[in-house]
Amino acid sequence: MMVPTAYYLVLAAILFSIGIVSFLIRRNIITIFISIELMLNAVNLTFVAFAHMWHQVSGQIFVFFVMVVAAAEAAVGLAIIISIFRTRQTLNVDEIDLMNS
Amino acid sequence: MNPMPASYLWLIPLLPFAGFLINGTLGRKLPRAMVSAVALLFTALPTGLVAWLWVTMRADGAPDAIHIVGRPFGYDWIAISGFHVDFAFAVDHLTLIMLGVVTGVGFLIHIYSVGYMAHEEGYWRFFAYLNLFMFFMSVLVLAESFLLLFVGWEGVGLASYLLIGFYFRKTSAANAGKKAFVVNRVGDFGFLLAMLLLIVHFGSLSFAQVFAAIGQHPEWQGARFLTAIALLLVLGAAGKSAQIPLYVWLPDAMEGPTPVSALIHAATMVTAGIYMVARCHTLFDRSPIALTVVACIGASTAIFAASIGMVQHDIKRVLAYSTVSQLGYMFLACGVGAYAAGIFHLLTHAFFKGLLFLAAGSVIHALSGEQDMRKMGGLRTRIPITFWCMSAGVFAIAGIPPLAGFFSKDEILYQSFNSPNPLGKLLWFVGLVTAGMTSFYMFRLWFKTFFGKPRFEEHGDASHPAHPIHESPWVMLFPLAVLAILSVIGGWVGIPASFGGHNEIVRFLDPVFANGHAAEAAASTGHGLGIGLALISVLVALGGFYVAYLFYWKKPGTAAELAKRSPDIYTVLRNKYWVDEFYNHFLVIPLQMFTRGFVELIFERGIVNGSARIAALTTRAFAWFTRRQISGNIRSYAGWLAFGAAAVIAVMVFGRSLWGGL
Repeated sequence: MMVPTAYYLVLAAILFSIGIVSFLIRRNIITIFISIELMLNAVNLTFVAFAHMWHQVSGQIFVFFVMVVAAAEAAVGLAIIISIFRTRQTLNVDEIDLMNS
Repeated sequence: MNPMPASYLWLIPLLPFAGFLINGTLGRKLPRAMVSAVALLFTALPTGLVAWLWVTMRADGAPDAIHIVGRPFGYDWIAISGFHVDFAFAVDHLTLIMLGVVTGVGFLIHIYSVGYMAHEEGYWRFFAYLNLFMFFMSVLVLAESFLLLFVGWEGVGLASYLLIGFYFRKTSAANAGKKAFVVNRVGDFGFLLAMLLLIVHFGSLSFAQVFAAIGQHPEWQGARFLTAIALLLVLGAAGKSAQIPLYVWLPDAMEGPTPVSALIHAATMVTAGIYMVARCHTLFDRSPIALTVVACIGASTAIFAASIGMVQHDIKRVLAYSTVSQLGYMFLACGVGAYAAGIFHLLTHAFFKGLLFLAAGSVIHALSGEQDMRKMGGLRTRIPITFWCMSAGVFAIAGIPPLAGFFSKDEILYQSFNSPNPLGKLLWFVGLVTAGMTSFYMFRLWFKTFFGKPRFEEHGDASHPAHPIHESPWVMLFPLAVLAILSVIGGWVGIPASFGGHNEIVRFLDPVFANGHAAEAAASTGHGLGIGLALISVLVALGGFYVAYLFYWKKPGTAAELAKRSPDIYTVLRNKYWVDEFYNHFLVIPLQMFTRGFVELIFERGIVNGSARIAALTTRAFAWFTRRQISGNIRSYAGWLAFGAAAVIAVMVFGRSLWGGL
């Protein structure tokens, strides 16, 4: 049985929205980081769904790129988070507001 | 000699311009000898070119007119949707005479200035301006279209302004410059409107095209739009040539250095209005009303200015009013259709009035800056060469035969007497009275300056430390001598037929004014009338001489006594009919009140400053709002990002249906 593309898209939209909302309301950097991953994977899901729908392999290849970039980003991001925690002893983003003039 | 290539025409204005650029940019650093060498070289070369051009145009088989079109950088000068103006020069016999006067007299006055300005500050500046003037004046007379003429017209106005205000540290000089500029703007307003009307009715500003169009439409005789154009042009000419009601700037223009008065405010620039009217004779001939207006303006200016000139004490002011009066004669000539006579008088006037100003400058120079005739006298033996040159000028302008002024003035009087205009006889009579007045005030000046007891301080006073009375150096005397000779013989080119001459100048100008009716009218009347009228005007001139002789030589107190006996007339004349005061009270002060009350208070402070303030406030409010957004809170940034993305998506998805495919 074929699952319609729309189902994938709705699921992706729900995942993306959860990602956005948790990005906006959570204060912990680690949680924010996880919600970014959630949004990325929601987008990946749409890529795969459309690739399947149009029988095009390029969408799936794109997903691999996104995963590679996300892995690199996770490595760099976690390193930054650790260094922030070492200097400020907190992971609450509301307290990290150096740019506020 | 080979004929001059037409493309050399460009050099006539461009050489003085080069001189202006050199002296204007480097002059401050150059030694004085170098500055004068540059200025003289770049005016001598055009003079030579004009002489060559003269030979070319006089040669057998030469065309009546040379016409060249310049295409700077390969483009037309002005070409907008069917309307077209060329950057074109044209030379015909009228232009040739004007060019001769401008470059010839201009060159002589440049020589004179080397001596006269020798001790002045800003020597380089003076010569730069003088060369700039030569440039614009050549453009003015060479122009083939109203627009290019206007370029020269404004340019000479600028040069005149700069030179009147040459001693800009003196308030009166700076004000005189401003006055000249502002009064001329009134005239230019007329000129501009005339040009717009020409564009509307002819679609062209080229002299050749406009005049050809007029020639093809005999039914336009007296047409209303031609009269309107002509009258507006007259307004422009009245501004430039100092006619009623715009003459007021010229007497004040005497604040400039004397060579400037001679060159710009006597010999050349102020005759631009007469030149323009003569150039447009085809147009004016079609409008009897405009011609009558020109004649009446000319005659009334002539007698009006002459009457003021009779009581002035400043030697240069007498000459200034005399210039206004003589320009009135030229206007009168144009107004009765005797354009050639007007140009003839323009030519001789350039000689003798240039001479008179230069000689007056020499007198002032000898007295270390004294201009008041009440403090002169007895200079005949102290500065004899100046005296003799000035005498030539005085006798010439007074109309004593056979000097230059006699023939040209007599030609004008004769033409007005014979003109078909119903006012002709009246105009002639006014001209005749003016001739008597002219003779009187010129001999008054002559007697007061050169005869009688010296009334100046021999050894100077506090303001003028001891400078012995000295004859001017040869650089000043040479131009005086040349102009004196020209003032004596210059009129012989126009000896009328009734005196057995050939009226060379009228024939010379025939190709230009061929359709003017004056020439035929002159030929048809008898010789006896010509001689009779000449006799009357000579008698009037001698009468003026005799009265001046009586007043200022025989019984020196008579004039003062006469002034005392009829104080009203004297006061009126002395105060120049209160015209300046009238303009001041009824034009200048209301205008200033309008400026201060409306323009400054409401417009400047209210609208201009107000709108600037509103713009500033808006910017600040917007900046305040934007600054609020920079909170440093990452999540608020992310929120805005998400909001923006959602908005973009919403527009992309729903926008089409909402705005109907916009």
